Amino acid sequence: MGKKLLMKGNEALAEAAIRAGVKGYFGYPITPQSELLEYMATNLDSRGGVFLQAESEVAAINMVYGASGTGTRVMTSTSSPGFSLMQEGISYMACAELPCLLVNVVRGGPGLGTIQPSQGDYFQAVKGGGHGDYKLIVLAPNSVQEMADLVYLGFDLTDKYRNPVLILADGALGQMMESVEFPEYNVEEHFVDHSSWTTVGRENGREQHYITSLHLLSEKMEEINVHLQDKYKKIQENETRFESIQTEDADILIVAFGLSSRSSQKALELAREQGLKVGILRPITLFPFPSDELKHLANSVKGILVVEMNAGQMVEDVRLAVGSNVPVDFYGRMGGMIPQPDEIVDKIKDLYKQVKI
Amino acid sequence: METTREGIVCNNLDQMDVVFDRTEVLHDTPTSYCPGCSHSVVHRLIMEVIEELGILGDTIGVAPVGCSVFAYHFMNVDMQQAAHGRATAVATGIKRVLPDKIVYTYQGDGDLAAIGTAETIHTINRGENIVMIFINNGIYGMTGGQMAPTTLEGDVTSTTPHGRDTLIQGHAIKITEMAAIMDGAYYVTRQAVNSAKTVRKCKKAIKQAFQNQIDGKIGTNFVEVVSNCPSGWKMTPIEANKKIDEQVLDYYPLGDLKTPPKGA
Repeated sequence: MGKKLLMKGNEALAEAAIRAGVKGYFGYPITPQSELLEYMATNLDSRGGVFLQAESEVAAINMVYGASGTGTRVMTSTSSPGFSLMQEGISYMACAELPCLLVNVVRGGPGLGTIQPSQGDYFQAVKGGGHGDYKLIVLAPNSVQEMADLVYLGFDLTDKYRNPVLILADGALGQMMESVEFPEYNVEEHFVDHSSWTTVGRENGREQHYITSLHLLSEKMEEINVHLQDKYKKIQENETRFESIQTEDADILIVAFGLSSRSSQKALELAREQGLKVGILRPITLFPFPSDELKHLANSVKGILVVEMNAGQMVEDVRLAVGSNVPVDFYGRMGGMIPQPDEIVDKIKDLYKQVKI
Repeated sequence: METTREGIVCNNLDQMDVVFDRTEVLHDTPTSYCPGCSHSVVHRLIMEVIEELGILGDTIGVAPVGCSVFAYHFMNVDMQQAAHGRATAVATGIKRVLPDKIVYTYQGDGDLAAIGTAETIHTINRGENIVMIFINNGIYGMTGGQMAPTTLEGDVTSTTPHGRDTLIQGHAIKITEMAAIMDGAYYVTRQAVNSAKTVRKCKKAIKQAFQNQIDGKIGTNFVEVVSNCPSGWKMTPIEANKKIDEQVLDYYPLGDLKTPPKGA
């Protein structure tokens, strides 16, 4: 590990991407992620990559598509309305199996919404987002340190599975400053040879490579879909990541990701001080979702409280995982508001009454 | 008696001189284009140019949505299929990370001049050092003959059943003229392939466009090819080629719209 630096989340993410060997960054300004774009503009060219400000998010994602097709480590970043604009391109990339790192520093919606933090894009992130049956690998940092750490993981996963990886952050994680250390990362050791499929010219008369997401024959298109679903299954089996905090003796389990897990952590401390046995399960991968771990925990806890910065999105996946084994309650704030620890504690107390411990 | 690759039966084939053959850069397969369609001709011209310039090992093509969406089945070049309208953004991504490679797009009028107008304008404005081949046949052929941004005033299509009315549907867009006024453009030309003479001139223009990129000339090389669509226009190929001479070229005159300054 290097020395500790005080950085904004957006900047830490950008610095980690450069250290992870990103060679192409294509983006468009939008609050609250613009520092990421600006950091790339200032630093990427002099450190061996290419920065280009596109005319729109639509163009940016298609530039990423083109560059990815050459086997280059590429990325883009945006915030919610911009991410909506990118959905068509992301769907094409998922089908054509093009690796790339996507970053959505989420703001409150719908519509133009607010520039304040939100988790309102959970469904869009984990259920596909664009048209057709596809999945992104979705990583959810909850600190500036993880804004950096998950970049390295994201590039490794996108190269390994030839599937776009999304870092789902939020406006607060992008803007807030915390200390961060950048791990040792040898780009060469993580190099994945994509030369069997990339389009770089038919050197020495080798057979043609082409990249497409068009398969008019239904039999062929079904085959592609089956292949993608098999891949998602493999990802589910191998790449699920989560953090468990004091779940061993917990009566009430909070499930929260990203920024709301930070509020929940403070709520856990306050609740424990009052003798309430609270634990947290924090999904780090939102797809694949830690359903098995939740199922397992549902055997020992008396109630589950899902805390989100939206109207209740991940809570649906929690309910799907645990079924009717244990009551699942929800607490959310919307429109850029952040759940406060004392609000969460009140909700925990309500749940305690409900489940009659 | 022997049979040629095209199935023509003739005498003493081995004693005959080959005066014309398919370039190896075209796949040995029938195209999906309608009989008489300009696409096949322009495909051949580009592939011949790539062969003649010896750049096959360095060339990457981009074809988006439209009749040419399967271009990679005919052009035996490394290719990327792009979303509708996004070919030049995809090409930008390729060229920016591999500046020494030769990159071209092959786009129809709906792609380049309607849904992809923003990408077209900004790619040229940035002066991306690529070749853009623009097939202008004034109609949406793939989806069944709807109005294109380049459909001429009065022309009947399935979405202008009473003919294009400029008060309602606006004017046939002159995007090549727009390309020519941009500082980022290096070479802008309008060609046709409706006669032997125009085919020869068109090939020369395509070759010039690729040569400019090879030479590292800074700026975008833009070649419009005024094309026919016999099926969409509901004409025979001969009638369609005649319409180009008699009507289309009045509105879209042939020639260079921007050439590099002398000595450049």
